[in-house]
Amino acid sequence: MLSAILASGLAVGAVYALIGVTYNVMFSASRVMSFTAGQLGMLGGVFGALFISRLGLPGVVGFALTLAACALVGVITEIVAVRPVLGRLEQHLYVLSTLAFALMIQQFTAIEWSTEPQPFPRLFGIGSGGPFDEKFWLPLLACAAVIVGLELLYRRTLVGRAFLAIAEDNFAARALGLPERNLRIASFALAGVIGGLAGFAGGELLLANFANGGVLNFYGFVPVALGGLGNSRGAVVGGLALGVFQQAANFTVGGVFASVAVFVVFIVVLLAAPSGLFGPQQARRV
Amino acid sequence: MTGLRALVPFLPVAALAIALPFTGNDYWAVIGTRAAIYWVLVAGLNLVVGFGGQLAIGWVALLTVGAYTASVLVASAAWPIYMALAAAAGLGAVSGVVVGLPALRLRTFYFAMATLGFATIVTQVALAWESVTGGGIGVSGPAFPAPFDTAWGFYALCAVAAALCTWMTVNVGDSRFGRALVAIRDAEVAAEATGISKPALLVTVFLFAGATAGVAGGLFATLQSYITPDAFTFDLSVLFFIAILIGGRGSIIGPLLGTILLTVLPEFAAPLVAWSTFLYAALLGVIVLVMPGGIANLLDFRGRKPLESNRAIVPRPALLGEFLNHTTAEASIRLAGVALGFGAVRAIDGLDLVIRPGEVHGLIGPNGSGKTTTLNVISGFNRPDTGSLRLGAHPLPAGMPQTRARLGIARTFQTPRLIGEASLLENVMIGGTIEGRATFGETLVSLPRHRRDERVLRDAAMLALRTVGLESLAEARADRLQHSELRFMEIARALMLRPAFLLLDEPAAGLSPDEIRRLGELIAAIAARGTGVLLVEHHADLIFDICDHVTVLNLGRELAAGTPADIRAHQEVVSAYLGG
Repeated sequence: MLSAILASGLAVGAVYALIGVTYNVMFSASRVMSFTAGQLGMLGGVFGALFISRLGLPGVVGFALTLAACALVGVITEIVAVRPVLGRLEQHLYVLSTLAFALMIQQFTAIEWSTEPQPFPRLFGIGSGGPFDEKFWLPLLACAAVIVGLELLYRRTLVGRAFLAIAEDNFAARALGLPERNLRIASFALAGVIGGLAGFAGGELLLANFANGGVLNFYGFVPVALGGLGNSRGAVVGGLALGVFQQAANFTVGGVFASVAVFVVFIVVLLAAPSGLFGPQQARRV
Repeated sequence: MTGLRALVPFLPVAALAIALPFTGNDYWAVIGTRAAIYWVLVAGLNLVVGFGGQLAIGWVALLTVGAYTASVLVASAAWPIYMALAAAAGLGAVSGVVVGLPALRLRTFYFAMATLGFATIVTQVALAWESVTGGGIGVSGPAFPAPFDTAWGFYALCAVAAALCTWMTVNVGDSRFGRALVAIRDAEVAAEATGISKPALLVTVFLFAGATAGVAGGLFATLQSYITPDAFTFDLSVLFFIAILIGGRGSIIGPLLGTILLTVLPEFAAPLVAWSTFLYAALLGVIVLVMPGGIANLLDFRGRKPLESNRAIVPRPALLGEFLNHTTAEASIRLAGVALGFGAVRAIDGLDLVIRPGEVHGLIGPNGSGKTTTLNVISGFNRPDTGSLRLGAHPLPAGMPQTRARLGIARTFQTPRLIGEASLLENVMIGGTIEGRATFGETLVSLPRHRRDERVLRDAAMLALRTVGLESLAEARADRLQHSELRFMEIARALMLRPAFLLLDEPAAGLSPDEIRRLGELIAAIAARGTGVLLVEHHADLIFDICDHVTVLNLGRELAAGTPADIRAHQEVVSAYLGG
């Protein structure tokens, strides 16, 4: 049982962690927390099933198309829901604009795809349901790939450094002549790819289900909130821990207890440390 | 608006509600009942979302709590329905506070997520707790005895409940509680400076909103006649939330129309039912991006009336006597050895300062010399790292801005903090929030003490506006005024506290020379009434004209201190700062 808990827990946790990274990538470029993060994960699963199972495309093509489609959704998010509110005085408007867009994505999927969970195709056919089945290690592989990829991007490439500069100090970066708007669009596309990858890699586990959007939104946000905004290391560690905890509770005392426990921990930690355990201090107000 | 006049916009809706039974069509009875029930919940939630600006998007959880409480108590424990409804209200109120508590500390997105999480959990518990809730099979809703057991009888009951909720929220919206909520939403810093306690206010409102949601839940269960967790989808939360935003924040008639619209709309277009939540979401997007004011803004004809151009602000210092008559010699504010750093920057580096009653104390210095930070330390917005802060013999609690108003310390801000949608008069009335005596409960049902509070506050605010010379603009929306007028408005708001000390943060910035001269006269008159004034300013002329004492700061330290004449003669100050 322990191996089953660990395998499914780490797998689900890897998906949460990737959604957390999706939040962070969007946040660092725009200072906006977007409700679309979980929807991108949901779309990864739905697009994968659509392209491969329903349209019969080869796995590689379906994978590439899924990521491209999710990147496009990320860019549309930026144009429709983020850019128009960035200049507004009321800073919480983005909560509403991204909520509106996320709901539209979710409802559209429910109506045009299905309100019932649909199967996701077997990609490699490795493993037969045991702890080493592909559905358990694919999300972990994706998570590792994203962490390594982001690290290389941020440390080794000029574009990656520009991302960091924007995240660190938007005004200074613009004053230095960085194309802030293009970089923001690029990071929303990147967020789309990461979210889509999370959903695709976790597809065999979570299925292609429109309702995953809301679930991933919340459970992807928990590690981000607890680890502190913009802290991707915290998001990964927190996401994996959350997944294992949840599955352990699922197997031993039932899912409701797990949900209640996660929620209580979430609230209590945030009340004690509103910017997360490793987050920055509060900004100046007067 | 006071009393009955505030209810006038609701007359068409009331007429519609009374006319509905004459259709004789039971189908309309059900739709009308549903709209009324939704409004019972939305009316309360409106105070949280529309007035308080707290993005509670998972409020369906409280409908669920109320529905199950009422149903289970009637079905399993055989309680009388009215007692069960009361219990639903009670449990709803408690749950409202549980959901709401995170709002006291969490920022917008976090709080929105917390309410979402709560909604998910309530549904899961309803599913899993089979022995009580019947799990996925559900439980039958409570039935009302005659005369409420027919479609139209039940409609009448719900319509009366909806009318009652409308009346109560109009009372609150038009009270110091309603204005304080909006102040928390739009000008939180100013709200704290006027002594508004955000925790106490929000907890009260969450209690109320939870109670109305609980009642709505009980009625909803009766309407459904049988409830399962499926009946409480997130779509309902979306409907409640969006009805408020479509209606317009800080309005009551707007969200009422929004609720009716969203309930009735799908009935007219059956093919749209599947798409209804999608359309609500699209509508939300459009509202947020294109017309943030919502329906209420479209109905706000008064706010579009042109204002008189060419208007001058002419304060009447003679009226100050009505506010300020500090006869006895009062204590001074004393700072000793105060130091405060932001990271590596020493904003204040060991400062001693005394502000005496009846004196204007000028604080000047180059940008970044620590003037505003000093003011923030006194008014409690910044907590000093070391040093002491006293008012007379008592220490001033550091870092607690909401305590200052009760001690008679008022302030203004470098950038005026105001509620753009509210009238100038309402903005000034916020300054006197802590003077009110009526409790939230008295306000809900408009008892005499509440009405007297409002009268007193209104009169005082009008007087304050006359004192600073803005009375002709009392009914104008604050966001339509000129910058200089807002500066005087902030002084009027500060005067509402009858301050023993007044801290002014660059009040002359952006004013014309004429206005600066009148401002100077007003400040001098305020000090002459016994109020101690701390004046942070860049206009050297104003400082030297009206100050009794001047402190010059540089890099967080005192460069010079003395009378204006001393400072003018001070070699370092002249060369470093004044030029000459």
